[in-house]
Amino acid sequence: MRDAAAIDGAQGFAIGVEGVQQDFGAFPALQNVTLDIAPGELVALLGPSGSGKTTLLRVIAGLNTPNRGRVLFNGEDATNLRVQDRRVGFVFQNYALFKHMTVSDNIAYGLRVRPWRERPSRADIKARVQELLSFVQLEGLDKRYPAQLSGGQRQRVALARALAIEPRVLLLDEPFGALDARVRKDLRRWLREVHKRTRLTTVFVTHDQDEAMELADRVVVLNEGRIEQIGTPEELYDKPASPFVISFVGEAVALPVKVANGHVIFGGREIHIDTGGLRNGAARVFFRPADIVIAENGVGELEGRVENLRRTPSGVRATIAIDGYDQMLEIDSSIEDAATLGDRVPLSLARAKIFPAEAPEVVDFADAGEGI
Amino acid sequence: MSELSAPIVTRAPAPRVGARAVTQDPALARHVLIGVAVAFLALFLFAPLAVVFTEAFAKGAAKFAETFEDPDAQAAILLTLLTASIAVPANLVFGLAAAWSIAKFSFPGKTLLITLIDLPFSVSPVVSGLVYMLVFGTQGLFGGWLNAHGIQIVFATPAIVLATIFVTFPFVARELIPLMQEQGTVEEEAALTLGASGLKTFLTVTLPNVKWGLLYGVLLCNARAMGEFGAVSVVSGHIRGLTNTIPLQVEILYNEYNNVAAFALAVLLASLALVTLGFKSLLEWRHADELAGRGRH
Repeated sequence: MRDAAAIDGAQGFAIGVEGVQQDFGAFPALQNVTLDIAPGELVALLGPSGSGKTTLLRVIAGLNTPNRGRVLFNGEDATNLRVQDRRVGFVFQNYALFKHMTVSDNIAYGLRVRPWRERPSRADIKARVQELLSFVQLEGLDKRYPAQLSGGQRQRVALARALAIEPRVLLLDEPFGALDARVRKDLRRWLREVHKRTRLTTVFVTHDQDEAMELADRVVVLNEGRIEQIGTPEELYDKPASPFVISFVGEAVALPVKVANGHVIFGGREIHIDTGGLRNGAARVFFRPADIVIAENGVGELEGRVENLRRTPSGVRATIAIDGYDQMLEIDSSIEDAATLGDRVPLSLARAKIFPAEAPEVVDFADAGEGI
Repeated sequence: MSELSAPIVTRAPAPRVGARAVTQDPALARHVLIGVAVAFLALFLFAPLAVVFTEAFAKGAAKFAETFEDPDAQAAILLTLLTASIAVPANLVFGLAAAWSIAKFSFPGKTLLITLIDLPFSVSPVVSGLVYMLVFGTQGLFGGWLNAHGIQIVFATPAIVLATIFVTFPFVARELIPLMQEQGTVEEEAALTLGASGLKTFLTVTLPNVKWGLLYGVLLCNARAMGEFGAVSVVSGHIRGLTNTIPLQVEILYNEYNNVAAFALAVLLASLALVTLGFKSLLEWRHADELAGRGRH
């Protein structure tokens, strides 16, 4: 194992989560969560704080024991397997490096604590540490203590330490949470490369949707302990399964509308989108700022008043107060179009989703492909 | 006294002419405050210490040395060492266990346990001593049974050790609880995910993380174990050469107007305190590298 293959040729396990329920006292942190992750997949658990994403990660690692449900590794029940025996590489939110150990002692820890029969020789451990240090590009820092490292360097030490035990699964809790924006970007790209090289099944927790969308093969959106949607970034953008997903993943505006006999009505005017089979009653139309356009013929489905214009790198962002809607919304437009903007603008929707006003159990919806 | 005030002012920013930082008080206030602190320390800390040493050597070094040839004094020193050598390791283990369970786990009755740990501090040592008399004394709770089996606890070494353990119990635990609570369990969890067993995690992660707090707690515990007077005085019976610890011996000698001998033994106790403090500073200095970047000590 002491060669480069230890890093490059690892085999990731498939992870299965079946009907997991986790209660903290009376508070249900996870409710009937079921999830399948393929070997070698890179998956993000995305959600606001308190959504249960870290709890789910800890259940997979074995740091939390679920009240109900099972965790499977490669199809085998691992629910009652001790943390020590699961061989998960876990990178903690604030790295949890051993403060009193040097970088190389931190990385070697997982090898040194093995029972002596399985423990590699001193020389092997040393070689492995060197190999991991060069893998995470920290050669020469092996004698430092964690307090003497920058945030990004600590992150890399934490990853090297987790990889040292040749894990079958790599779990990262808010891996870039404590870093500044520029370092985050570098480490994001770097983590992609690490995943490419190790082919480990990798699950990371984040509250940052950009991070999830940029990195992950698939994203699991969690809210209040439930999975809202599992999908590729494209699926989440284009086919959001619930009002929560569309609002949480990317910016979205919600208009309160009425459905009447197959027509969608807002402020007395009809909005030309499919009702998606909704029955008569209150509903909400969701759309993204990019999906609203200035009506070409001067007659829009909506009308608004321009409150503010702001330059952006690619054009102009206008803040518009829509008549009959008590919130401002922002739309992007080209510089040329913005020049023609008057006080009042007619607007139409290029694309939108409609959901019932109350949070639905099952949502049936369709793209409103041809708005005007 | 100049070396005393030095640490207080060395870090002050260099004053600019006609201007001072918002955090810097007027010169008069600073001098008065520093003066008060120095005077207080001189009066209550250094003067008594100086008196102890001068009194001990008032009649020359020979008289001073003579004190330690007295068999009763030697017995008192041995008893004190024996008591400390039992009480300190016992409280090291108890304190560590108590702090560990309080800081790393949550269980019903935790608040009660925290309160109970403080009990030896809040109760007068004399009362602690009396409690042991009531429990183990001849007229006490187990007195009859102990007597029938020929076990002597009060007016003998066992009671002295028990009373000392009781009185010094909080030192280690109180030093460790906030430290362990602040550190949380995340490093332990990291060790577990890396495959370490519970015991290995404790030995390689938990213990090293608190070793400075532990050392400090042990030093304080030791100083108090050797110096404890009240509780030990009640249960010891003051039998010369048998149940007198150093502090008790000091009192007896002082009451007999044997000032030199009393202060000579007092010097021994005081030196012990100075040596432990010096030892702590030395350790901190030698491990400064490892301590860098940490919040404590």
